[in-house]
Amino acid sequence: MTMIMVNLLGLALIALIAWWFWLYKPREVNGNEGVVTIVVESGVYTPAKIQVVASTTELNPVILRFIRKDPSLCAGTLSFADLDISVELPLNQPVDVTLPPLQAGSYGFACQMQMYRGELIVVNQ
Amino acid sequence: MKIPTLYLHIDGASCASCVQKIEGALKQVAGVDDAVMNLADSTVTVTGKADISSLIKAIAVAGYTAQSIRDVLSLRAVSEKEQADQRYYKELMRNMWVALSLGMALMLYGMVIGDMSVNSPKQRGVWLGVGLLTLAVMIATGRNFYVGAWHSFVNHNANMDTLIALGTGTAWLYSMFVVVFPALVPEMARHVYFEATAMIIGLINLGLALEVRARGRTSESIRRLIGLQPKMARVIRDGEEFDIAIEHVQLNEQLRVRPGEKISVDGRVLTGSTSVDESMLTGEPMPVEKTVGDAVAAGTINKNGSIIVLATGIGHDTALARIVELVKRAQNSKPPIGRLADSIAAYFVPVIMMIALASALLWLNLGPEPRIAFAMVSFTTVLIIACPCALGLATPMSVMVGVGKAAEAGVLIRNGAALQTASKVSVMILDKTGTITLGQPKVTHIELAHASDAKSVLQLAASLESGSEHPLALSIIDSAKEQGLSLDQVDQFKAVVGHGVQGRVRDKKVLFGNEKLMRDNSIDIAAYLASAQEMAASAETPMYLAVDGQLAAIIAVADPIKEDSIAAINRLQHLGLRVVMLTGDNRATAQAVAEKVGITEFFAEVLPEEKSAKVLELQQRGHIVGMTGDGINDAPALALANVGFAIGTGTDVAIESADITLMRGSLHGLADAIAVSKATLRNIRQNLLGAFIYNTAGVPIAAGLLYPWFGVLLSPVIAGAAMAFSSLTVVSNANRLRFFKPRSHTISAPARLVNK
Repeated sequence: MTMIMVNLLGLALIALIAWWFWLYKPREVNGNEGVVTIVVESGVYTPAKIQVVASTTELNPVILRFIRKDPSLCAGTLSFADLDISVELPLNQPVDVTLPPLQAGSYGFACQMQMYRGELIVVNQ
Repeated sequence: MKIPTLYLHIDGASCASCVQKIEGALKQVAGVDDAVMNLADSTVTVTGKADISSLIKAIAVAGYTAQSIRDVLSLRAVSEKEQADQRYYKELMRNMWVALSLGMALMLYGMVIGDMSVNSPKQRGVWLGVGLLTLAVMIATGRNFYVGAWHSFVNHNANMDTLIALGTGTAWLYSMFVVVFPALVPEMARHVYFEATAMIIGLINLGLALEVRARGRTSESIRRLIGLQPKMARVIRDGEEFDIAIEHVQLNEQLRVRPGEKISVDGRVLTGSTSVDESMLTGEPMPVEKTVGDAVAAGTINKNGSIIVLATGIGHDTALARIVELVKRAQNSKPPIGRLADSIAAYFVPVIMMIALASALLWLNLGPEPRIAFAMVSFTTVLIIACPCALGLATPMSVMVGVGKAAEAGVLIRNGAALQTASKVSVMILDKTGTITLGQPKVTHIELAHASDAKSVLQLAASLESGSEHPLALSIIDSAKEQGLSLDQVDQFKAVVGHGVQGRVRDKKVLFGNEKLMRDNSIDIAAYLASAQEMAASAETPMYLAVDGQLAAIIAVADPIKEDSIAAINRLQHLGLRVVMLTGDNRATAQAVAEKVGITEFFAEVLPEEKSAKVLELQQRGHIVGMTGDGINDAPALALANVGFAIGTGTDVAIESADITLMRGSLHGLADAIAVSKATLRNIRQNLLGAFIYNTAGVPIAAGLLYPWFGVLLSPVIAGAAMAFSSLTVVSNANRLRFFKPRSHTISAPARLVNK
């Protein structure tokens, strides 16, 4: 009886991991009100999910400001793999990342080793 | 949303009233539309067309110091980054010593003196103390892991910290449970794992510390490049010379550069002449002669003359700064080969957590007694041994070193994708003029027909060509000028496209051009056709000069082959590339040049606009085509090719134009680029393979795969050591690339004809 309980508990935990890390969708932060500041600290980007309205011209680009407060090596590089952008983030200094005109869609960003992850969601007006 | 134009970082502002003061001061500056300060990160966003130095000045007047954020990022960033790394390294080493001291002491105790089990009340008391001490050490030396893991967790994210925290946390909690409630645990399983907890944290700190060190070395090349920028310059103001900091040099100022000094700005020589060592930027070992009007670049060394230079590019606007920027960008970009590892890394941690749980369940259900202890050990070991970092690091570390290495050889690689494609190029197209040859045709010799002396022939031809801008015409004029000949007046000048030129000089009717021009004007050249063909066969272009209806002479013009083209092409062929030459010249000349340099395939008589078509043709035959040419005329073909290599002319490079820019004219740069890219990709593959094998073998072994057959279950301490050193191995392997010398196997033997 105990073993059945333990097994069920273990399987439930496995399911919970899948739900918590993969299926759960965090709320996004609106990035159109000025420059969004994203803090890189303790293993996460805060906010990790940013939504912006698609910008079609170079004149009005989306700018994300990153501040890295985390000395770990992974945090030192920020990359938007789909956009071929990668930027070095020095400690405690804001770095602005100006994005090119973007189609609506989802663009992931991550640290060098893909341990810290965030998402930029571009929607049409 | 407004366009933020400038960002400043403010030091020394800490109160809300500072904000108003700083914003107010900035708004007073001419051109500023708005200034908004963010106290949280000490930055100001300034919109409008203002000069950065006047903004910094205004802030200084207000009592604060400011620096441009871009400024901080480029030149000073490296030293700051080094300091931060150094601090981080020290912290990690301290953590390592503390945690390992406890871990080693406990391990020694377990091995030499006593057992690690909890049976008597006295043992319980002692172990409770040790457990609390371990907790203190965990907090003191592994706090980052636990805080990071927690932050990630609440953000639905999982990373390395999660694995470490979960692994060590479980080991500690289990041990404490045994100590506090021994009755609830089977007697065989009353064992504590405090030593494992401390050892793992110590080893991971050690691994990270060594990685910080090793990573520092990967940016050696960029440090060397940045180090080229001199800190001081000697300006001439009102006729007096001062040494000032480079930041204060203004555009269009005059600078004195003495022999042996580094040139501190991009500029133009106003007075004097010298030779300049540009090898640090272009990889070109020979000093370049500079005289009045020539461009010089920041970071290069003035060898022997004293010159005055007009500053035309300062600060971020020098070739050096652009190169640094490009190299940094490329170093951080990822070639497609890394994509798979990245997507695996993204799902890695939760999957490992699931495997760890599943493995624990298996041990609980099917394992031998004490099941609970085995389950706990396998759970912890799986979590600890898994190393997503090695996967994630495999590609970027090698790219970092490879791109830097290339830059040292004067090869600028735009991004990771270009690096990867360059390593796979199967056919390399070389434009002839300016790539294989110098691109500056010269008169090689004059064969007299009815004329009596070569000088008058040259004078007539040069006079006639004086209105033309054709490269061959320029070679004739240059040659005449070199011999001190003066040019005569030309009347009734007429250029016959594709044939040559005609006109009247000194009242003689003069024709100068190719065979067709002679035939159309019924000039008899029959007796000289053989020698003309001979010229063509030795890569010279014969040009006929007729005076008053009679052939006066044939002038042979040739574009000399760069002296190291033969060796470089040979290197390319040895790297496994098919080298194809492309030229607008006629077949005979093309064949002659190709044979001289050891190329067996060529396209001749290709019009400039047809170059792209040739690239496409080879691509359609299934080749990965590299195209090498100058960045301007060959731009469309360079863009169409899988990788475009722009061959540069020293520091005056249009580095935005191609996938890969060769800063020096020598084709050795091309061979270097291919060799470095191949070596880098090989290195990446080694890293990826190593990381894959490590994880796919390590995790099942940690889960206990070997136990049923060999009775082996990995200890969590071994797992910790393996994990810590796996990413270090990746970084160290990437660092091996630093010792790669593309030119060490330069082949100087003459080219031979290779059959297809």
